[in-house]
Amino acid sequence: MSQARTRRRVVSTTMTALVGVLSGLAVLPLVLIFGYLVLKGASSLNLEFFVGNPVPAGQAGGGVAHAIAGSAIIVGLAALIGLPVGIGAGIFLAEYGSGRLGWTVRFVADVLNGTPSIIIGIFAWTWIVRPQGHFSGLAGALALAVILVPLVARTTEEMVRLVPHALREAALALGYPRWRTSLTIVVRTALAGIVTGGLVGVARVAGETAPLLFTALGNLNFSTHVNEPMQALPLQIYVYATGPFQEWHRLAWAASLVLILLVFGLALVARRVAVNRYGAR
Amino acid sequence: MHLATERLTARYHGRPAITAVSMSIHPRAITAVIGPSGCGKSTFLRCLNRMHELSDGGTVEGRVLLDGSDIYGPAVDAVEVRRRVGMVFQRPTPFPTMSIHDNVAAGLRVNGVPRRRIGEIVERSLAQAALWDEVKDRLHGSAMALSGGQQQRLCIARALATEPEVLLMDEPASALDPIATQRVEELMVTLKRNYTIVVVTHNLQQAARVSDHTGFFYLGDLVEFDETARMFTNPSDSRTEAYITGRFG
Repeated sequence: MSQARTRRRVVSTTMTALVGVLSGLAVLPLVLIFGYLVLKGASSLNLEFFVGNPVPAGQAGGGVAHAIAGSAIIVGLAALIGLPVGIGAGIFLAEYGSGRLGWTVRFVADVLNGTPSIIIGIFAWTWIVRPQGHFSGLAGALALAVILVPLVARTTEEMVRLVPHALREAALALGYPRWRTSLTIVVRTALAGIVTGGLVGVARVAGETAPLLFTALGNLNFSTHVNEPMQALPLQIYVYATGPFQEWHRLAWAASLVLILLVFGLALVARRVAVNRYGAR
Repeated sequence: MHLATERLTARYHGRPAITAVSMSIHPRAITAVIGPSGCGKSTFLRCLNRMHELSDGGTVEGRVLLDGSDIYGPAVDAVEVRRRVGMVFQRPTPFPTMSIHDNVAAGLRVNGVPRRRIGEIVERSLAQAALWDEVKDRLHGSAMALSGGQQQRLCIARALATEPEVLLMDEPASALDPIATQRVEELMVTLKRNYTIVVVTHNLQQAARVSDHTGFFYLGDLVEFDETARMFTNPSDSRTEAYITGRFG
């Protein structure tokens, strides 16, 4: 009797310790990455870094204002195009996607989700950049939107599916037409989750580099013209980190820190939104 | 408001859940539907406001006459029927993102009731559902903060707000404690002055306490339909007797 209790206690303690260590391992990479970035990059974060533009190679100083602005424009456009399409597709999948069409859309979204982003970049180059004859921020935004749509569609679908069936029936029994039930009751109930999914998706594409190499290309100057090559933070990091100058490496570390802080910020906002108006969920 | 079914058969994927049920429901009275689990009583109820056809594989044959006209007629809009026949479910289902006020107003907005009339209708409906005094100071607070019994009365208020002609209740008190159950039962008795009520219940005492007429379903058939007092004291079918005396179910 007491032997069995001792055994239970030993097993319980071991298992608790084990899952504790495993969760520690899971968060360790983030802690290490973030810590190292702060160590290497924080000292370079000054006003000039944020408002200055690049200086000729080899010279000290300069900033990445052009990359920050470019990233904001490209990712903003991608969100503007990708979020409505993705959320709309997700609602369709959850509410009306039980048939063949739903199955097909779901399958295509899953395959697209698993497609390496560099391939999407190559296709954006083939279909947008080459016919147009020049690289552009818009082409970059479209490539990112293509990555964003299936991501957001699937998270939206999951969130809408979580809404209890009883709530739909209650609305229908009140004389709500089906489309209105979907939009005003179901989507409103799932809204916090949908917004969270959208923000997480945007944070994810904000860090994409490969598709931008083939589309936005990069730009040494500050540019807000979406029809011209545009710089973006991940591109800037790629160029600076692989370049030969010490000064560039320093800026690459700082830019990496800024990028991860942006993603952090988006994730934090997403968490705040997830607590909906009345604190449910 | 007179409600009647004629040879009503409801199926799930072709398999009948109720078979050829003909029942004439008395206006401004409470009709209880009793029977063991799976006998088709909830399905029957869901046929009365065209909710059954929304279930997976749900089909309906026969007629349901609301004031003489078939709600399954070719020109009839199911959405319109659901506005005339209100429904309250087993578990309270307030809309979680809406305030108490907006929950009651939910069916009004969709019916195009003018904005200036909504406030007064919300108050009247909450009063009818015996909830007004408890929530009048927090109309714009969350409906989820109410107790289970209050939430159920809120759902009744929400159903009443659109002024339905018939109120269907699917085990409205089975998720509530005895005191909340008593309040809902008292409410039903008050409401029958103005509404025709059909209530599905597992609780035989509840059927005996509140209803005027009772229908007993067994294996998809309406076995017996009579005045509640007679049904519970002198049932004519041996299966009814066996069920109400607790020999099965």
